[in-house]
Amino acid sequence: MIRIGIDVGGTNTDAVVMDGNTVIAGVKAATSKDVMTGVVNALRKVLDAAGMEASAVDVVMIGTTHFTNAVVQRRDLAPTAAVRLCLPATASLPPMVDWPEDLRDVIGNHWFLAHGGNEFDGRVISPIDEAELVAIADQIRERGVKSVAVTAVFSPVSTDFERQAGEILAKALPEAHITLSSDIGRIGLLERENAAIMNACLRDLSRDVVAAFRGALADVGFTARFYLTQNDGTLMDAEFAERFPVLTFASGPTNSMRGAAFLSGVQDAIVVDIGGTTSDVGSLQKGFPRQATVAVEVGGVRTNFRMPDVFSIGLGGGSLVVDGPDALTVGPQSVGYRIVTEALIFGGETLTTSDIIVADGAADLGDKSKVAGLSPDLIRKARDRIAFMLEDSVERARISADPLPVIVVGGGSILVEGPIAGLELIMPNHFAVANAVGAAIAQVSGEVDRVYSLAEIGRDEALTDAKARATEAAVAAGARRETIEIVDVEDVPLAYLPGNATRVRVKAVGELHVG
Amino acid sequence: MSAKDAYPLLEADLLPLSIGAALLGTGGGGNPYVGMLRSRELLRKGATVDILPLEALPDDAWIGEVGGIGAPVVGVEKIEQGEECYCAMRAVEDVAKVKMSALICAEIGGANSMEPVITAAQAGLPVIDGDGMGRAFPEVQMTTFFIYGAKPAPAAIADDKGNTVVFRDVVDMYWLERFARDTSVAMGAAAGLAIAPMRMDFVRRTAVPNTMTQALQIGRTVLDARARRLDVVDRVIATTGATLFFTGKITDIRRELKGGFARGEAKIAGSGDWQGCEGRIAIQNENLVLWVDGTPVIMVPDLIINLDLETGEPITTEVLRYGQRVAVIGLPVHDLMKTPEAMAVVGPQAFGYPDLTFTPLALGPVHG
Repeated sequence: MIRIGIDVGGTNTDAVVMDGNTVIAGVKAATSKDVMTGVVNALRKVLDAAGMEASAVDVVMIGTTHFTNAVVQRRDLAPTAAVRLCLPATASLPPMVDWPEDLRDVIGNHWFLAHGGNEFDGRVISPIDEAELVAIADQIRERGVKSVAVTAVFSPVSTDFERQAGEILAKALPEAHITLSSDIGRIGLLERENAAIMNACLRDLSRDVVAAFRGALADVGFTARFYLTQNDGTLMDAEFAERFPVLTFASGPTNSMRGAAFLSGVQDAIVVDIGGTTSDVGSLQKGFPRQATVAVEVGGVRTNFRMPDVFSIGLGGGSLVVDGPDALTVGPQSVGYRIVTEALIFGGETLTTSDIIVADGAADLGDKSKVAGLSPDLIRKARDRIAFMLEDSVERARISADPLPVIVVGGGSILVEGPIAGLELIMPNHFAVANAVGAAIAQVSGEVDRVYSLAEIGRDEALTDAKARATEAAVAAGARRETIEIVDVEDVPLAYLPGNATRVRVKAVGELHVG
Repeated sequence: MSAKDAYPLLEADLLPLSIGAALLGTGGGGNPYVGMLRSRELLRKGATVDILPLEALPDDAWIGEVGGIGAPVVGVEKIEQGEECYCAMRAVEDVAKVKMSALICAEIGGANSMEPVITAAQAGLPVIDGDGMGRAFPEVQMTTFFIYGAKPAPAAIADDKGNTVVFRDVVDMYWLERFARDTSVAMGAAAGLAIAPMRMDFVRRTAVPNTMTQALQIGRTVLDARARRLDVVDRVIATTGATLFFTGKITDIRRELKGGFARGEAKIAGSGDWQGCEGRIAIQNENLVLWVDGTPVIMVPDLIINLDLETGEPITTEVLRYGQRVAVIGLPVHDLMKTPEAMAVVGPQAFGYPDLTFTPLALGPVHG
């Protein structure tokens, strides 16, 4: 199977060609303002490097930070209405109550509370009121809003209310995109609703972006299916991604960590991904990124997605080096993608970390003569500062005294001089394009999160049911049934409730079906 | 800040209060995030809540105790209509024919730190700086108020739909727990409970003092340590007098339901100073006992707190899972929870450990 992995970052668009588990070629191209030109360039370049025709490729996987950045930068977001089925419960906290004001304003702060929703055990809080929903639809239409997020209390236990309301709203608003929270999130009303609303406000953009990816691939002559990677390192097909763009959040760090594990063959390590502006640091357990234990915010909005526990520091290949009166500083300002014109080695006038490394003779990049005048003292101080920042971040990511190796990946890896924090240093082949490799090797998954009454069915039966549902969800997402593995099972009894009410979460993962 | 002064609770206090309360929840009590947002909404709409020291009100003032009752995981999904505790409190006032002068927390640990603040904001009342546990416990009767003789009735429970049920005559606190528990389940496992009014002289004698302020200070310590990138666990220990009893990785988490409670056990493989040792924590919603290599080292009613080793985030028993790296710290419970009367209700025997003899923790050095 020939796979292409692409990672569209803020600075670079990386691409790799893989034959089975072998990396044939890996390239970097500048990310273009329209994104798609960069993708086309990277694809042409990597096919060229691999000496391969587009028609030989079976499948293309794309990791993109496009949707995360849209939310973070508050751009290209559609006005969105949040409809919650809940009354009389939950009235104390309206939708988007914990959002940053600027983001709420950008999408219009349109919210409606309606009757509906379930109790924990499936009983009805209140019946659905069709006339009420039709009146809400009228208001949504009058305000010119075409994206709607529907969230019902305990919809992970019973999706009926969301489906019914979705149908009523779709009938009244035939042009609207409708996102149901139960399709996206787990238990935790505000976090699931937040994810549904963010998803709804990205639907116009996702239609355009997915169409553009499709266009870019067609341009280069691909007929292969293509997929986008999601936050947990698994894939979703293009149609699914178009409907659920919010699931791409945090896929970038996940891809680079998975790629680092794959390229190095090491399953437990600390991964440092050094880019142009920042370095992402996280820890790898059994080949997967360690998940965050607490709620993760995206663009200031709290979500309960599975997200890698990664933090960023302002250190990259384009970071500014300033020899100030008190101390020498490195970053967090960076020339970013302008490094090719602004760094000294490229004829610019800004001293960057890359200039220091070239001046020290540790990398061959640009015009070395442009940095010949830098004093050895400055070079030493800057390198010490960089080493200190890396050591500090590795120590933060390190959560045991175990001597885990450190895998360094990303285009800025030249900044690393030697072992960090006294730990074994691994810089695998193709380290610069680890994130594209991570995209290429992504798997597909299915997840369930449901409350079972163990008084009605036994624990074994409940787990079997949950595993079957997760497996079906993985198959629906494109996994080959025979490769599916259950990778996570968690059952949590709901304290204080009789009837042994238990919340079961299961995740199934499998290889992508290619055919 | 002196605990002797009344002070207004400000919006900026809510986040540290919720973090400190989560930590004092000793693994249970539910996450106060929703309560924090609800309080914030009320303050933003102009409500004010003063925190009064235990000395502030006259002996004959009536104090109300309110709190949410139900399953914490329901609390994050079926968020409150908003007036559950308020309606229950008004119902108790009607039946008891008194007017409350202030409210107090049943338990400072977890989500119930916020309920009296919310009800106080709605009713225009102050909140007393103290609570009935100094931590969290799973059952209604496990407060210093009930341990030292508070009347169990009249009490009232209210739901999101407008149902309010009054318990007019209840013979003891255990019956109240049973009736309130069953009613809360019928109400969707999320309801507001108000217990009989207490006189201020009684509250002054029986409340665990200054715990609102304590939770606030712990929360501020955590936030400050994070902002300055200090070791959060170290800072919490240094400023509270807690002691580090174990560090390690969760290697097994077993849970089962007995009597409507989550009982279980977590095993921890030691790391750092405890490399090669095995830690074990018994759980009934809250953490009950920590054993290290088979020897009990902390037990109820002292506080056993799991913190994420890296972030210092308190980890509640519901989200404990395989692979988490934790620091287990112990904090002595208030002396009011160590008397023979208290031991009968919240000691190791009361939680089903007849063989354990409560050995109180010593308070460690407290410094800035």
